[in-house]
Amino acid sequence: MTETHELVKQLADKYGRDRASLMPVLQAVVEKQNYLTEEAMNEIADQFGISAAQVFGTASFYSFLDTEARGKYVIRVCKSIIAEMKGKKAIIKALENVLKISVGQTTPDKKFTLLETNDIGWSDQEPSMLINETPFTNLTPEKVINIINEYSSK
Amino acid sequence: MNSNNLKKTDVIFGIWPCMEDNKYPILEAVINRNPDDIIKDIINSGLKGRGGAGFPTGLKWKFAASQTESEKYIICNADEGEPGTFKDREILLKVPEKIFAGMAICSHCIKAKKGFVYLRGEYKFMLPQLNKVLESFHESIRKTGYDFEIKILLGSGAYVCGEETSLMESMEGKRGEPRNKPPFPVVEGFNNKPTVINNVETFVNVAMIQKLGVAEFVKLGTDDSRGSKVFSVSGDTPKPGVFELELGMKLSDFVAEYGDGDTKAVQVGGASGFCVPRKRFEDTIIGFEGVPTGGSMMLFNSTRSMYNVLSNYLDFFAEESCGQCTPCRVGCQQLIQGIKAVKKGSKNEDYLDSLLKLTESMKITAKCGLGQSVANSFYSIVTNFKEEMIY
Amino acid sequence: METKINLEIDGINISVEKGTTILEAARRLNIKIPTLCHHPDLCVAGNCRVCVVEQEGARTLQASCATPVSEGMVIFTNTLKVRTARKHIIELLLSEHNSECTKCYKNGNCELQSLAADYKITNDSLIDLVPFKNYTIDNFSPSIIKDDSKCIRCQRCVRTCEQLQSVSALSVAYKGEHMKISTFLEKPMFEVVCTNCGQCVNRCPVGALVERNYIDEVWNAIYDKNKHVVVQTAPAVRIALGEDLGIENGEIVTGKMVAALRKLGFDSVLDTDFTADLTIMEEGTELLTMLKKAIVDKDSSVALPMATSCSPGWIKFIEHQYPQLLPNLSTCKSPQQMFGALAKTYYAEKRNLNPADIISVSIMPCTAKKYEADRPEMRSSGYKDVDYVLTTRELAVMIKQAGLDFKSLPEEKCDSIMGQSTGAAVIFGASGGVMEAALRTAYEIITGKEIPFENLNITPVRGMQGVKEASLKIMDTLPEWNFLEGVTLNTAVAHGLANAKTVMDSVAEGKANYHFIEIMACPDGCLGGGGQPIPTCREIRVKRNEAIYREDAGMALRKSHENPEVIQIYQEFLEKPLGHKSHELLHTKYTDRKSK
Repeated sequence: MTETHELVKQLADKYGRDRASLMPVLQAVVEKQNYLTEEAMNEIADQFGISAAQVFGTASFYSFLDTEARGKYVIRVCKSIIAEMKGKKAIIKALENVLKISVGQTTPDKKFTLLETNDIGWSDQEPSMLINETPFTNLTPEKVINIINEYSSK
Repeated sequence: MNSNNLKKTDVIFGIWPCMEDNKYPILEAVINRNPDDIIKDIINSGLKGRGGAGFPTGLKWKFAASQTESEKYIICNADEGEPGTFKDREILLKVPEKIFAGMAICSHCIKAKKGFVYLRGEYKFMLPQLNKVLESFHESIRKTGYDFEIKILLGSGAYVCGEETSLMESMEGKRGEPRNKPPFPVVEGFNNKPTVINNVETFVNVAMIQKLGVAEFVKLGTDDSRGSKVFSVSGDTPKPGVFELELGMKLSDFVAEYGDGDTKAVQVGGASGFCVPRKRFEDTIIGFEGVPTGGSMMLFNSTRSMYNVLSNYLDFFAEESCGQCTPCRVGCQQLIQGIKAVKKGSKNEDYLDSLLKLTESMKITAKCGLGQSVANSFYSIVTNFKEEMIY
Repeated sequence: METKINLEIDGINISVEKGTTILEAARRLNIKIPTLCHHPDLCVAGNCRVCVVEQEGARTLQASCATPVSEGMVIFTNTLKVRTARKHIIELLLSEHNSECTKCYKNGNCELQSLAADYKITNDSLIDLVPFKNYTIDNFSPSIIKDDSKCIRCQRCVRTCEQLQSVSALSVAYKGEHMKISTFLEKPMFEVVCTNCGQCVNRCPVGALVERNYIDEVWNAIYDKNKHVVVQTAPAVRIALGEDLGIENGEIVTGKMVAALRKLGFDSVLDTDFTADLTIMEEGTELLTMLKKAIVDKDSSVALPMATSCSPGWIKFIEHQYPQLLPNLSTCKSPQQMFGALAKTYYAEKRNLNPADIISVSIMPCTAKKYEADRPEMRSSGYKDVDYVLTTRELAVMIKQAGLDFKSLPEEKCDSIMGQSTGAAVIFGASGGVMEAALRTAYEIITGKEIPFENLNITPVRGMQGVKEASLKIMDTLPEWNFLEGVTLNTAVAHGLANAKTVMDSVAEGKANYHFIEIMACPDGCLGGGGQPIPTCREIRVKRNEAIYREDAGMALRKSHENPEVIQIYQEFLEKPLGHKSHELLHTKYTDRKSK
């Protein structure tokens, strides 16, 4: 039995196998494995008695339930109009420089994925971003570099 | 300008704690009252939903209470996703106990035993703290012998899930696609059972109406817009943040207090709201009689391109539309390509009129509020800032 | 008493049952409201919005397909507001749609195209969004082609796949501008749980899902002087083909079809009905053998109930969903594949032909049969047993291309050999037909008497009910079958894979006490097959069903074992059911497609 099989089974035991438990299970798998692998979606489909296409269809609706490979730390920079006004561009540039990847990409060591996302609820403190679930606000290029350095050494 | 016209209030945050020594005195009082009387209170308070749509809260509860089904649900909509809105964040961080109390009051009124908080995925960071407060809440109501339980569920990044029926689909483990209405949630909501779904702030207001009494509550606001409102102020302002203000204020008073002296427009109600240009500040009332808002107030000064603003909103809508209905899915893409074409001159100015007509159709044919409200910002920006839209 | 709701539509008062939609109420008044996502076989979606109407006092227009009537409602279906909105919606759909209509397989049979025609969408006011899209075409499947550039996202296919078939190979994926109809991880349909049943094709209003057609290949074979092209036609083709050729739904066109096939240039016009009869001989014997093993030999390894295996959509379904129940499947090939194997062996021998020169074509109500013919195990003649499979629709296209006036064609009969059939074979086209045919023969083998139903009509297994059950007590057996004396034979019939799932779940859980199960992948059986004329709905299928039983009732021979050519082939070639040659040519094996 594979690790993913065990994980999904445990989660289904914990949350249940009815459709309403699908979201918590998908969220938990993403938390553990950074994104939903093909294997994980197949296992979830089996456990829930639905088709793999339905699992994929549901997951792909939600921006945080990634079905593409993601790094350990997913950086989501807010791209709202306020963020844009407050210097989002410079933040992205700083991140791209320090991580040596473009938006949408993952570092070769699979540590970081850089994405943009819609309003994350910090328009009073833009620019802002999430690293996994942790928000960082009032960002400056310098601040961003420090944050990344800190995460790199984690 | 004189900013004294603006009345700052403190109903939501702080001044009347509803939890004392880990006890909820309001709740204890409430559960001994006749549910119909409480619903009457809420109706008489004139409280309207604080999420943006502004449906009378008491009426909603009355419908739900009249349903004969034994299983009913209460949902607190904490899927605050409207661009420029973050007031629920502060409420959830500062006074979560008032939210839970409001939900418990609702449960007593409609006879529900289960409540859910649907918390947007972006706010997952506050989950441990919320669960802690919830635990003590459960403990204290258990002591009173009252049977009500709340569970916090997480969203996963989908703006449209703020739409109540999408939210329920999402809770049921499906794609967050809005349902056909009718049936409305008070008749068939979560798991097809009668469900009351209200915004975070609405539940807090309910708790505070019980605490303050209706007479005190109705002193705030206007006939159409009772009470106070928590505003999310952002953009070109020296004072970004969350502020509680009396409803029914003049936009000009607001701008006098929060503007940077060069305010050219205020987007009231987020991307799905209206963009009010400077010339209309004086005669614009913020409230249900004027321009309603879920709380988002984005200020733009004269250095800002309203074309960029609109373009950003449209990208947002095109991405966050659930995609199921034609007018919203395709309409948003057409608007994006349309304003681009006009801006670069490949379509002439008249094309904006065609697009305005298109948004009229979107407004009356889209399946849910998301698609219907794209017209609001499109119309208000294109008609007020036409010169910025053209080549 | 049922509550009636009173409302007014376009100035006319009407009273309808509670729960009726505005669309249904309007249709009762003969007011036509256009629809796209709505389909009578499926649940309401309300997503295309083309059916919007104006309701007095309402801020927005209402989707008439999704809005139930309410007391005192005043509805207008044709106002300026409604017309403008509908035009906008059609224009929006067209702007996202690859509108190269003249190059489209569905040209002339497309609901979006006719809607655009009705509303005279002639201006090009909106921007063509197709160049901004990264549309792909999935043409890897031998059965179905999925072209996303034609898709209008009405989700009829998704609902079909989920509600009627319980397969959900197709689902809605992503959201907003990127929303699309997708398989698991956007894999080709060929690589996922798709059963190739083609029910999505039957319901796709546009050209996004179509059968993979082999019309040109078949024409080329016909034109090739060195090839001997044989054609077989399935039972359900003859009761539906007319619908695509201007003949009324429910008319039987067997004779005209045979005449048309001859005129098209097929060298020999034969009949799948022949191998349907043969299937009964093989499958019936297989069932009786299993019953004997179970009852007399007390062999616990015998997998009962035995399930029919004529429907290739069903085969793919069980291979994916219930691999543990594969031993319960009859090993009989479908009649199409039995025919194919015999065409290049028995038929070739009899007609003195080199099988390498034979091209075997089948006309089927089915898209899954295209996949079936491509299975590697379907080459027991040493060649590809069936070279090309055409749907009923493709045959209609060929008849039109040939310029034949179908209505005026004479009634002709199939060639011999492998052209003769009985009523038992004809009813293979309806749900319950295989069961009825098998019972007619099996009962007679066991008892030496005709089955005790009036006119041989085993009505309990007929009709449109999703799952039908029938029990038959066996009395007065012949000596060699006396182990069956007094045994009650329990049978079940299911059509549509959602119903099949219900039955198979109870089998898997050990709750079912059936001996024999008939399963057809398509709703109402082959007559509702994925290759049948479009549109489809219950009413249409009911007429086809009636036609099938009419054809059966009118046949001189109605029991498979009485088919003279079947008797002949056993004497000359196969020797006996389940004999050595049968095993080689007429039986097959299955693949577990679930275990990774």
